[in-house]
Amino acid sequence: METDAIICFETHVELKTKTKLFCDCLVRYNAPPNSQICPVCTGQPGVLPALNKRAVEYTIRAGLAFNCTINRQSRFARKNYFYPDLPKGYQISQYERPFCENGYLEIPGDNGQPYAVGIKRIHLEEDAGKLVHSSSSFEASDYSLVDYNRSGVPLLEIVTDHERNPLRSLNEARVYLEKLRQTLKYVEISDCIIEKGQFRCDVNISIRPKGSQGFGNRAEIKNMASFRFMMDALEYEIKRQSEILQAGGQVEQETRLFDEEERVTIPMRSKEDAPDYRYFPDPDLVDIEIDEEYVRSIESSMPELPEQTVYRLTEDFGIPKDDALILAKNKSMAGFFGACAEYCEDTTRLSRWIIKDLFKLLNEVRLPIEKCPVTPQDFSKLINHLSRGEVTDRIGRTVLGEMFRTGGSPEAIINEKGLRPIQDTGVLREILDEVMAANPQAVSKIRRGEVEPINFLIGEVMRKSNGRANPAKVRDLIRREIVLDNA
Amino acid sequence: MELCDKTASKLAKMLKKGEISSREITESVFKRIDEKEGVINAFITITREKALRQADLADDRFRENKRISPLNGIPVAIKDNLCTKGIITTCGSKILGNYIPPYDATTVTKVLQSGAVLIGKTNMDEFGMGSSTESSAFGPARNPINPEFVTGGSSGGSAAAVAAGESILAMGADTGGSIRLPASYCGVAGIKPTYGRASRYGLISYASSLDQVGVLGRTVEDCAVLLNVICGHDRYDTTSADLRKPDFRRSLNKGIKGIKIGLPREYFVEGLNPQVKDQIIKAVTLLHSNGADIVDISLPHARHAISSYYLIATAEASSNLARYDGVRYGFRTSENISDLISMYEDTRSQGFGKEVKRRIMLGSYALSAGYYDAYYLKAQKARTLIKEDFDKAFEKVGCMITPVSPCLPFKFGEKTGDPLQMYLVDIYTVSLNLSGLPGMSINCGFVDGLPVGLQIIGKAFDEEMVLRVGNAYEKMSGSN
Repeated sequence: METDAIICFETHVELKTKTKLFCDCLVRYNAPPNSQICPVCTGQPGVLPALNKRAVEYTIRAGLAFNCTINRQSRFARKNYFYPDLPKGYQISQYERPFCENGYLEIPGDNGQPYAVGIKRIHLEEDAGKLVHSSSSFEASDYSLVDYNRSGVPLLEIVTDHERNPLRSLNEARVYLEKLRQTLKYVEISDCIIEKGQFRCDVNISIRPKGSQGFGNRAEIKNMASFRFMMDALEYEIKRQSEILQAGGQVEQETRLFDEEERVTIPMRSKEDAPDYRYFPDPDLVDIEIDEEYVRSIESSMPELPEQTVYRLTEDFGIPKDDALILAKNKSMAGFFGACAEYCEDTTRLSRWIIKDLFKLLNEVRLPIEKCPVTPQDFSKLINHLSRGEVTDRIGRTVLGEMFRTGGSPEAIINEKGLRPIQDTGVLREILDEVMAANPQAVSKIRRGEVEPINFLIGEVMRKSNGRANPAKVRDLIRREIVLDNA
Repeated sequence: MELCDKTASKLAKMLKKGEISSREITESVFKRIDEKEGVINAFITITREKALRQADLADDRFRENKRISPLNGIPVAIKDNLCTKGIITTCGSKILGNYIPPYDATTVTKVLQSGAVLIGKTNMDEFGMGSSTESSAFGPARNPINPEFVTGGSSGGSAAAVAAGESILAMGADTGGSIRLPASYCGVAGIKPTYGRASRYGLISYASSLDQVGVLGRTVEDCAVLLNVICGHDRYDTTSADLRKPDFRRSLNKGIKGIKIGLPREYFVEGLNPQVKDQIIKAVTLLHSNGADIVDISLPHARHAISSYYLIATAEASSNLARYDGVRYGFRTSENISDLISMYEDTRSQGFGKEVKRRIMLGSYALSAGYYDAYYLKAQKARTLIKEDFDKAFEKVGCMITPVSPCLPFKFGEKTGDPLQMYLVDIYTVSLNLSGLPGMSINCGFVDGLPVGLQIIGKAFDEEMVLRVGNAYEKMSGSN
């Protein structure tokens, strides 16, 4: 029996607002424990939440980026449960009337066609604090400490739809998560750094026979701390459920945990033990009215989406789509390209050099593009020298290496290292004569009409001139010296 | 008459003229506390040293002739569910028995900034859950008029303090009648302003959509003085109304000629003590003879008020009280804890009183999956109908008059055995919390030596009308 997987993500994304969702505390990572707290985010008696408007704006930005309907009236609800990292005994979240509903995110599907993955809802809620155990787990610890710095940090929950174009394979899941992260970073509402807990996923998986329209029992998997673990957990779970189905069994509806050591999922709680969160509208917060004008103002001031960047790179700058896709993967890279393109005569050459040469240099020292020691101005000057034929590719690479190492301008390096191209034909001819004298066989082959040895001679001239010769000029000279001479 | 028995308005005049000092008033109040507090038990915490220091500072301000609030140097008692920075705030509960807030409630800040003298934190039903102050973890307050009787609740300590001369003014909070009922039972004036008129920030939540901070005093005018200070928009309470706050004293003496006063007929039916009814009718007759028009009106959904109130209030409470878990502050069980769940269970079992636990369980049930629609949602629908009744009736009248309580003050233990009997005491007051309307209790006479309270109900944000009618009645009845 062939099977299809149905994969749904609940992705939690920490927004990069300056302050928390309901109080004036700063959102800061790596701050000393309990240094970013106040009566509100530690749930003191009598405190009330006051909504951070920027967080609402960011939520709507996400809704627009993922093609959602923005609800005209939205409402916060309380999700009630006890845990030491949850100071009020409830989380302020949303239940009915989230900010955004019924959107989609288009990805390349497994069949090569564009696939609009259904996004059911995007809502805004507060993050909980963090427990620090004295040993490996709560149960095994002599004591546990709570850090409330994270308590109240605004969190988006983005939920995919299990009915409307759900994800169908491990590969689609990977592509979806990458695109999701890329888009959130593009619209500048989250840094999405997984290691800092800014991008966290729970996932629901069920399996059904290929072509079937019904839904099998689903398992929810929690506790996946990295992208790698998410993929491992998904792969394991798809295999586990498929095997149960193949063997004629039935998958239990349950919540499972990912075991990082064993790389397997293990049962956590069954459907019967699922908690009743007793959701109800939070009476401390009034309903939020969102008018058309407000949505439009957010839309008009919204940073570019990845698709728009690709479009701009291909249409405005005329670079190949494959290059545009690579550059647009990282917003800062696309930004670097844009900054260079202003000064550049040949944008295709520019994109090639960024992708092939600059990437390589950055990767070698693990630098992000934001910290690139070469300024866009200098980089584009180099590209212009190349496109005018003033510098050969080979020297270009040497110069770029120096620029990267020292931060110097291309002109300074070319002068200092004596890398200026040999313009004087007399000097070139001298070198060529030497080369011809040393390779009489090649010369006679050329005289007989062979083409291949011409390239060999050019190569030798380049070597002897330390790359400073202009290959086109050398070719010209060879033609004049040997070929024409011959005729 | 001792200084501690005078009204705030009178004392303010004497202070201004330099006839007395705040220190003298404050000492007079503490002398009364020393005499009576052993019986009355109006306070959970008394802040004597702080109060005397504040009194001296207030006197300095008089000497320096600074711009002075009418509250400068006047003793005020604060209900123990309003957070006071550095002063234990228990909410009448063992679970907060050692809790010292790191901040002041917004209304407390305003009162302290006006130069008032904080006498102490007053006794109350645990978390405001009660109508007699008998559910306080610190013993009940006793009625200064007759200590065999309850003060009413939940702001029983605040009402008793004002009635006994243990304070001049008091702050309270009202979720279902918690200011108006004890004001009625102790024979003082008390007003719950419109929901949203005063900030709830720092008021320890019982039921967020019903809770409102208010004031108690010896006269309507005294209430207006304190109300002027505590009201106004607060950006830390998004449910507070962003409206201009009027000067509540300005229209006090405008009289009642031609004002239409509604009598909701559903409030004068079976269940109302006939002697209480007589007192109310006498008061209404007096108002009528002084020029008010009395109009018969109907609030047809009034009978759903108690049941919807107890569903909504307990549902919200079940969530609001979840934070008392022994993790960060307050009481934690001292027993050996084997795991997290037993820490929660033992802490909450031992820290909360019986009535609080009853209401948490009721509320949790009302919000449970499968029951939400039948209970919580239905109660919300009833609430809307009750609100609409008032809107409709207020097209015809400027204010309404009803009894505060269907019965006279009762004795200790009389109603504690039957929670439903206790809940029914609030039958005339809870509708105002459900609809958010302002309401005031003023004394309208005595039956068998026990005071009867008259409730004046106003339109939303029309406290001025409530105060005006109350003040007029006080003047014409000579009770002022």
